[in-house]
Amino acid sequence: MEHSIILRMNNIVKDFNGVKALDGVSLEVTRGQVHGICGENGAGKSTLMKVLSGVYPVGSFDGSIEFEDHEVAYKSINDSEHDGIVIIHQELALSPYLSIAENIFLGNENATRGVIDWNKTNREAALLLARVGLDENPATKILELGVGKQQLVEIAKALSKRVKLLILDEPTAALNDEDSAHLLGLIDHLRTQGITCIIISHKLKEIKRIADTVTVIRDGKTIETIDMNGPDATEAHIIRAMVGRDLNNLFPPREPAIGAEVLRVENWTVHHPVDVARKVVDGASFTVNAGEIVGFAGLMGAGRTELAMSLFGHSYGTNISGQVYKDGKEIQMRTVGEAIEHGFAYATEDRKRYGLNLIGDITVNVSAAALAKLAKYGVIDRHREYKVADSYRQKMNIKAPSVGSITGKLSGGNQQKVVLSKWIFSGPDVLILDEPTRGIDVGAKYEIYGIINELAAQGKAVIVISSELPELIGICDRIYAISEGKLTGEVAKADASQETLMHYMTAGKD
Amino acid sequence: MTTTTPASKAPTEPPVRRRIPKLSINLRQYGIVAALAVIVILFQILTDGRLLLPGNVNNLIQQNAYVLILAIGMVIVIIAGHIDLSVGSVVAMVGAVAAISMNNWGLPWWGAVIVSLLVGAAVGAWQGYWVAFVGIPAFIVTLAGMLIFRGLTLVLLTGGTISGLPAEFTAIGAGWLPSYLGELGGRDVLTLALGILTAVALIVFQLRNRATLARLDLPREPAASMWTKNGIAAIAIIWFAWLLSDYSGTPIILIVLAALILIYNFVLNRTVFGRHVYAMGGNLFAAVMSGVKTKWVNFYIFVNMGVLAGLAGVVSTARAGGAVASAGQNYELDAIAAVFIGGAAVQGGVGTVVGAVVGGLVMGVLNMGLSILSVDAAWQMTIKGLVLLLAVAFDIFNKRRAGGR
Repeated sequence: MEHSIILRMNNIVKDFNGVKALDGVSLEVTRGQVHGICGENGAGKSTLMKVLSGVYPVGSFDGSIEFEDHEVAYKSINDSEHDGIVIIHQELALSPYLSIAENIFLGNENATRGVIDWNKTNREAALLLARVGLDENPATKILELGVGKQQLVEIAKALSKRVKLLILDEPTAALNDEDSAHLLGLIDHLRTQGITCIIISHKLKEIKRIADTVTVIRDGKTIETIDMNGPDATEAHIIRAMVGRDLNNLFPPREPAIGAEVLRVENWTVHHPVDVARKVVDGASFTVNAGEIVGFAGLMGAGRTELAMSLFGHSYGTNISGQVYKDGKEIQMRTVGEAIEHGFAYATEDRKRYGLNLIGDITVNVSAAALAKLAKYGVIDRHREYKVADSYRQKMNIKAPSVGSITGKLSGGNQQKVVLSKWIFSGPDVLILDEPTRGIDVGAKYEIYGIINELAAQGKAVIVISSELPELIGICDRIYAISEGKLTGEVAKADASQETLMHYMTAGKD
Repeated sequence: MTTTTPASKAPTEPPVRRRIPKLSINLRQYGIVAALAVIVILFQILTDGRLLLPGNVNNLIQQNAYVLILAIGMVIVIIAGHIDLSVGSVVAMVGAVAAISMNNWGLPWWGAVIVSLLVGAAVGAWQGYWVAFVGIPAFIVTLAGMLIFRGLTLVLLTGGTISGLPAEFTAIGAGWLPSYLGELGGRDVLTLALGILTAVALIVFQLRNRATLARLDLPREPAASMWTKNGIAAIAIIWFAWLLSDYSGTPIILIVLAALILIYNFVLNRTVFGRHVYAMGGNLFAAVMSGVKTKWVNFYIFVNMGVLAGLAGVVSTARAGGAVASAGQNYELDAIAAVFIGGAAVQGGVGTVVGAVVGGLVMGVLNMGLSILSVDAAWQMTIKGLVLLLAVAFDIFNKRRAGGR
């Protein structure tokens, strides 16, 4: 039994409206081991775990899953938990106003005929807390605990369900060093108790320290399974497996014509809006020139979006400090309105939530950031507005019957073109594009790269934030790497490789 | 009504290839007008033609003016994603202030009107402050306002009533334009003239708009559809004037209402402010990230609601001829019902002034028809409740069928 296989996932294929998120992934996990899963953002790690835990029910994907030598067909997360597979997501799923004990037994209460036995609940909770090494009263409310302790409550909750296979998705992403070390110690301890663990992490040092085996996933495929006691167990090897893909002609050609400095940011520091002691962006300094496309590479949670949003009219964060110079003059942008007046545009990462009025048509979305240009004494010239919107529809090749089409019904690529139209119409000098091609198919991506090139050719300063390193290397003249709120490296296009960037992006991570 | 914002209406009328989706939009947009027509015809039959007697048509306007005024303010509040529960109490308080200002302070009628609107604005600024700048949900702020302003009304009136208001003041709610042009066969010529003038103005305005669209080479509505729509509207207006001219002529409040409808329709469809209201209701975050000063827009929405509630207070006090502490009870519910019957969405972003007014008229016709039929007040309330529920349910079924969001 010592080295038997507890889990086999065979040739899993999962597609979303024709986009393959998983394209034949296979995974074997040995009982009693800690199994690491590594891959870039969007490689398919989380999708794979959702397939395993029944979030995506059987039938919505192809391939088979065997758990403890039986083929399983989970219809929901309840089915997989019943078998002892418990997943702990990156965003913790605890109810802040309930106590630790209530959270541990939520949905699984110690009750007779609907009446909860509180003594039993608290007693059992205390035992579970002891097992995870959390010294707290079970009656304490979750909101009084830090993230690290909440993580432990989640694990206690998993233990209460007699977990056999524990899946941790980026468990230490939000933890400080001390909490991370404690958590890794706990995983070690659970291993001695025979609990199998799958851990998804970007922090390769952590993976190296804890995992017995590592599977690398890229573009929805299993690339390599590495024995962490063998000769290939190096960070460099894992990184190469994570990023090593060929760059074909995914990017339209461009002749960069780089001019004078447009934007200079010095010592930009931003604190978390709630946890005000935490620096989300820490002393970032950078420049962007006219006609230049500058990339920002960072892992999820590194502070890329927070940097952009805090620059753009202090839309994020508190205690923001640092200087912004535009064309050599220091400027202040305390509101989004001021940022737009100073010639800034920011196309948000989440276009549905922050970018578009989804029940509005293309016209109202295109004009939204620059209504003043179309209005006199507060009255909109709707005929001109229509013409402007229609000209962008044609220029940007937005596929919709007319500008009266509701944006919520367009495809992701066309929605993104509407967002870009909105910001281009606002006439900016500095464009910040946050994940401009996320969730967009390859053809539309190429078009969007073309639009970005065109903007640079017009002499605008363009900043592109992206999780996709090949994309940054393909379109940017210069790339800054950001890790834990700090700019950890600056790489010119000629020197940019995914390995170098990944090295900087994981710098300072333990 | 989610599929159209007014902004996209006139100038972006479809080229031929869009005819099919546009039809379904039309259905929903004009569904409420059709519902009003059906209800009118139904009650006209049930009451043996008494519903549309000139006196009843006149009363329909004068009795429901307050709901229509409140609904115009409320639709803006609701498009932006809020609600205002306090307007009934504000109506009562403003009525009390107006009566006191005339009877105790000796203000002329116009002075009382100005004071009333200012009090309304102050109330709106108070509530707008808490909603916009402190960030308390409007539901809570205006629920508190409902109690506060009802309480203050009781304080002002010390439990009694104030009557004996000047005739110029009561004319605002219960008077008519003088018969400047005399009578013809017992009908008021001025009313007929105004009716014809309005119908002609409507047609001229539409034709001019079409000409502008043609000149700028923008897509236009098919001519047949435009003529049918506006032809029916013009005939309805003249017929309406015909009925009113047989009674006492043009109610003063009708002129006020017509002005409000024109102004607010313009504000919501054509101005930056109106666009910002729709943008915030459609996606607040996107509006913030597009540079909309959302706090100030919220503030002004409530100030505006306050002013209109003040005006409704003037109108209902004038119509009643005096101020009572129980005035304006449930007015907020009438106004909210009118807005939702008129096609506004609970989650915001959708709604029109014309829809809200038609929704108010639906409620008004129901009230009047049921009263003529001597239906018990308890049953009237029950029926109105069911109509509200069915109107919104119909809208939701429609959306599901259209496969919308």
